[in-house]
Amino acid sequence: MIRRLRMVRAQRMTIVNAMLAFVVLIVILQLWLLTATMNAYLGGDTATVVPAAVGSLVCLGLNAGLLWYLFRLEK
Amino acid sequence: MIQNQRGLEGPQDLDHGTTPPDGRPIGEQPKWRRDFPIDWAQDEYVSRRELVKFMVLTSAAMVVGQFWIVVKSAFRPPASLSPGLPIARVDELSIGGAKTFTYPEGSTPRLLVRTGAASFVAYDQLCTHLLCPVVPAFDEGRLHCPCHNGWFDLQTGRPVAGPPQRALPRIFVEIRDGSVYATGVEESTT
Repeated sequence: MIRRLRMVRAQRMTIVNAMLAFVVLIVILQLWLLTATMNAYLGGDTATVVPAAVGSLVCLGLNAGLLWYLFRLEK
Repeated sequence: MIQNQRGLEGPQDLDHGTTPPDGRPIGEQPKWRRDFPIDWAQDEYVSRRELVKFMVLTSAAMVVGQFWIVVKSAFRPPASLSPGLPIARVDELSIGGAKTFTYPEGSTPRLLVRTGAASFVAYDQLCTHLLCPVVPAFDEGRLHCPCHNGWFDLQTGRPVAGPPQRALPRIFVEIRDGSVYATGVEESTT
């Protein structure tokens, strides 16, 4: 019989802390991407606009994945 | 009555902490009670979980901002190339002399500087730091922004000292029939 392992709240909190650190790092990266892209755009350089948007979307995907894991952890 | 049963929970309640008033394990409690727990550790867990959710929302906002820039750049009007607008006569300025003009009509002020017998350079006059007007410092081969002591190279318009990070937008000029004509504006200044 497969028994699903349930973690106590303290164990889950450790995971949430790690997740929070990752998410904050990724958001800081996105903030840097946004400011750098805005700077380039205002300077007339539009070559980096689309790659930066795709990169930011990938970051959101990572964050959404972590959030999905958080919801799974709660079940 | 709220009863502290730390370490005395049954096998179903693995979240060691104060048992809620109705005695049921935390997993069976309504959402509002799970979101406002009694114990400190549980409260920290909920706060961090909520912060992760908020940060993911912030992440989505960043993506919206990025795609807003994409949309803005897609609908940016192309630079119009005019046949040229006369902005000064060649003999009007001595070497090292400067004159302001607008190009195209209604633009921000531009600065024309005579750098040699038959050479002129022109830039947007607004500093790329905080939009103060720059003035020529011909002897030093630079343009100076007196507001925050920013310096730009006279030949290229690139920032060489002080707070500005971007070059001054260059205005293309030509000499025809003894007059200086503005013919275009440089798009990229990064």
